[in-house]
Amino acid sequence: MKFITEFRRSELAEGLISQIHRQSKTPVRFMEFCGGHTVTIFRYGIRQLLSKTIEMVSGPGCPVCVTANADLDKAIALSQIPEVIIATFGDMLKVPGSHSSLQKVRANDADVRVVYSTTNALEIAAENPTESVIFLGIGFETTVPTIAASILQAEERGIKNYYILSMHKLCPPAIRALLDSGEVKLDGLICPGHVSAIIGSHPWEFIARDYGIPCVVSGFEPLDILQCIDMLVAQVENGESKVEIAYRRGVRPEGNQQALKLMEQVFEPCLAEWRGIGEVPDSGLRLRKEYQHFDAELAFDIDPGPPYEPKGCICGDILRGVKTPADCKLFGKACTPEYPVGPCMVSSEGSCSAHYLYGEGFEG
Amino acid sequence: MCLAIPVLIKSIEDKEAEVEIGGMICRISLWLTPEARVGDYALVHTGYAINILDQEEAEETLRLLREIAELAEGEG
Ligand code: SF4
Repeated sequence: MKFITEFRRSELAEGLISQIHRQSKTPVRFMEFCGGHTVTIFRYGIRQLLSKTIEMVSGPGCPVCVTANADLDKAIALSQIPEVIIATFGDMLKVPGSHSSLQKVRANDADVRVVYSTTNALEIAAENPTESVIFLGIGFETTVPTIAASILQAEERGIKNYYILSMHKLCPPAIRALLDSGEVKLDGLICPGHVSAIIGSHPWEFIARDYGIPCVVSGFEPLDILQCIDMLVAQVENGESKVEIAYRRGVRPEGNQQALKLMEQVFEPCLAEWRGIGEVPDSGLRLRKEYQHFDAELAFDIDPGPPYEPKGCICGDILRGVKTPADCKLFGKACTPEYPVGPCMVSSEGSCSAHYLYGEGFEG
Repeated sequence: MCLAIPVLIKSIEDKEAEVEIGGMICRISLWLTPEARVGDYALVHTGYAINILDQEEAEETLRLLREIAELAEGEG
């Protein structure tokens, strides 16, 4: 398919790999922020193709994985209210909250429906006027504009039984928090491609400028990742740190202005809790005053109680890039994709799931 | 979760477009890309076009990658 097969051509990959081997002299550690990149890197065995000088670490860029248990518990508490339909992306179903998961409450009669788009959730609301449809708003800047658009459509169509639980996260503030913690030292950052399709490349500039870390925005095909790594290596070897785009067909420096406008119109930044990173100022989004009648937390009274973290799960440390799944005693034993203990094993883009599926991180 | 795939826009009606995904005709929303035209390739994420792909930039990137491959072959 156009724009996919061309960016998987092995002869072009070989050229990039040999250029990376030729250029890379300094030992470096690069982080791929985005879970989608983690999947490409594992699926194509990219770590093994790189020079020994290059170490890759996975970052916290999976919205399912970074959703705090306290937020999951709210979603589960909302599902227990009579005449409430929960609409959610499928990724969230299996994620264990403190005491249950959406999948388990669904088996116990809660009305939880998987949707592929907010437009499906709006249709469910239109078709069930006597019930309340609560859409679980998870996702980064890539997804937020689609949720903003759904709210504006609900307004336009006079749909009054549509609500959202806003658990959205913004990426640049989280990266700043990660770098400020000083726990993980990075020599280059693979910036998320589809987050950047919306926000552009400018919001990453503080990383190159204030922290001296080279940044390259990458697409999701193997050639995209290799080109991005090649560009990072070139910056390191030239002693530079700037923001570049390797994914020029999909990302413009200024981003998608229309999407940003809708997002800005409906949401405003607020404090948010990230699993593993903790509370990060201005890294979440809440509905602006004019749209607060869509806010599920304001419309319904819930008390999910204090959150509880599963014993032994080190997802938080893995998300910060300070530990790997191999460091977790439960990995591949008590915790597998079929019986996941933590979100990094549930989400197909989680580090634990990628390690498990592609056979890394096992002992011996 | 930020998965987005390139699709060809076949027709447009108001703020919606018809596209083909894996052999199936689907409708996607153009709320975020009002500039979309028939014949464009859009990046689709959760039923919305989040950007229009720049075909010239794609060609340019591939040209650069071919150059790198030729260079590597010449040296190898
Ligand atoms: S292997 Fe399972 S328990 Fe261990 S960190 Fe990963 S998700 Fe948590």
